Amino acid sequence: MSEGIAFGGLRETAAPVERTRGPRRGIGAAAGRLLGALFVLALLVFMVGPIVWLALRAFSGTWQYPQVLPSEWTFRYWRSVFDDPNLGHSIKLSFIFAPVVTVASAAICLPAAYAFSRFNFPGRRVLLISLFATNAFPKIGLYISMAGVFYSLNLMGTFLGVVIVQLIGTIVFMTWIPTAAFSAVPRSLEEAARDVGAGPLRVFLRVTFPLAAPGIFVAMILSFLASFDEAQGTFLVGVPNYVTMPTEMYTLVLNYPEQAAAVFSLLLAIPSVVLMSFARKHVMGGRLAEGFQIR
Amino acid sequence: MSTHASGLLIDRVSKELGGRTIVSDLELEVRAGELTCLLGPSGCGKTTTLRMIGGFLHPDRGRIVIDGEDVGRLAPERRPTAMVFQNYALWPHMTVFKNVAFGLRLRRVPKREIRERVEQILALVGLTHHQHSYPARISGGEQQRVALARALVLEPKVLLLDEPLSNLDAKLRVRVREDIREIQQRIGITTVFVTHDQDEALSISDRIAVMSEGNVEQYAEARALYREPQTTFVANFVGTMNFYRGSAHGDGVTLAGGAHVPCDDLSAHGEGEWEIAVRPEDVQVGTNGGGADARVLREVPRGHYKELVLDLGGDQVRAFVSVDHPDVEQTRVRFGRVLMYQEGVLRRSPATVAV
Repeated sequence: MSEGIAFGGLRETAAPVERTRGPRRGIGAAAGRLLGALFVLALLVFMVGPIVWLALRAFSGTWQYPQVLPSEWTFRYWRSVFDDPNLGHSIKLSFIFAPVVTVASAAICLPAAYAFSRFNFPGRRVLLISLFATNAFPKIGLYISMAGVFYSLNLMGTFLGVVIVQLIGTIVFMTWIPTAAFSAVPRSLEEAARDVGAGPLRVFLRVTFPLAAPGIFVAMILSFLASFDEAQGTFLVGVPNYVTMPTEMYTLVLNYPEQAAAVFSLLLAIPSVVLMSFARKHVMGGRLAEGFQIR
Repeated sequence: MSTHASGLLIDRVSKELGGRTIVSDLELEVRAGELTCLLGPSGCGKTTTLRMIGGFLHPDRGRIVIDGEDVGRLAPERRPTAMVFQNYALWPHMTVFKNVAFGLRLRRVPKREIRERVEQILALVGLTHHQHSYPARISGGEQQRVALARALVLEPKVLLLDEPLSNLDAKLRVRVREDIREIQQRIGITTVFVTHDQDEALSISDRIAVMSEGNVEQYAEARALYREPQTTFVANFVGTMNFYRGSAHGDGVTLAGGAHVPCDDLSAHGEGEWEIAVRPEDVQVGTNGGGADARVLREVPRGHYKELVLDLGGDQVRAFVSVDHPDVEQTRVRFGRVLMYQEGVLRRSPATVAV
């Protein structure tokens, strides 16, 4: 899902339409179209299939193997999920952590992104690549060694500890995407602002930042979602003091029938879907995207 | 609009970038209200010079004086200069009006005055109807004029133009450069215009500084630059020129290929080997009145005149003749005005050959 947005934002660069190929004729064309349709269908099954299955599961009472559809429909599990007293608390916690982590990550990563984009300092490339290190190892291994450090710093079971562990997962795209966004702002636009009398700070606030904003916005949404969906690290560091929605899910999976887990994962998906469609509308269709076409 | 114009003095300025000397000991004076072109091939230091005037680069040595004040150390936002960038550098998130108004708003000019001044300047460049458009929605020529308006609205002491026409197509380029000249004359603003296009330079400048390897080769009016290029570099770069090696005689020159061509006017004469330069329009072609034997190799129609390529026994010569010049295979060639160079520099001797 996330890739769709990140690449979608750059779509105007691929503008030239493939109309130059000329008309294909007869059987070849039909076969080509069929193949294309099959491919799309396969893609659809892979992407939408699990969600459909999940949705069916959430409303099913009994659903046994040979049957294509559940034999009994029910809202029972929705009720049991909503009746769980921990649920409301975990939702609230998730909506506290995600913005805090996003803002903290922005505060740390955006200046770094600006530096990566505008200054050429020794070790720049190495640093930029090394940000991927957090993604190169199995997360759980990383978290366990972090836990060791956290114990000695008394961060286990604390709010700050959870924020840090979630922040780790957001650093890569909170740095890379805004770096690309800052780099996409032509220097001459900044120079022109200097030329008419704006100091460096004002140039950043009035020219660089507004032009890089769509990219930063995308990074913040991804960061929000990463924090919102983060389960392993939060589980390790936060439980039992801080149980967010995804960690609550572990308990649900263990204590309730799997329908309840289906209900809960549908609930978890809502913020993602809402934010993604919001980003799509405001980042891709905007006037700002057009403005970038100026050379 | 400012009527009070100020001059610009570049005083022995040098600049190194990445270990390479880009500009060395450059001296240039632009008089108040004058339009000076910096003309030269890419890499000659003209853009670097302009960026130093604008404050985007700081000179390693030397002074940049505007209106009696050395501004060489000031940041761009503190300089009384305004730049029109090669790619226009309009802010895509602001309308045309806001682009032009931005500098005035930074200066905390009252809202009503901003509106007045922006509308006035947009009228000057003929863009009143586009003031609420975004830059992406208007044409290249219009973007160019917005950039000009944005620079002019601040009433700078010196206007800087960095190859402002290079992104326009040929027809539009001619029209816009005339517009720029016309506006510049009307306001009387001191202007430095960077270009690599000699046509552009010759047609709009008061004076042209031809640059090569970080220095000014010649700084003169268009006519002088064309008629009397002081170095072979300038002679080569500005206009078309026939170049030969050869020696001078009382009444003409002998080219390396052996042809002896009578001349009306040699800039200098004397012993030794010379570099001989003749403008194609100073080559006289015709059978009456003597001259060196020449064979016509090619005829190139140029519209209102014809270009002939002739062979002078080993040396080729280009000549511009009128369209009704008869088609012949053999003819004779004389030179009119001939420029004589030694060690790349134009020589003049007081006693010129009598015609």
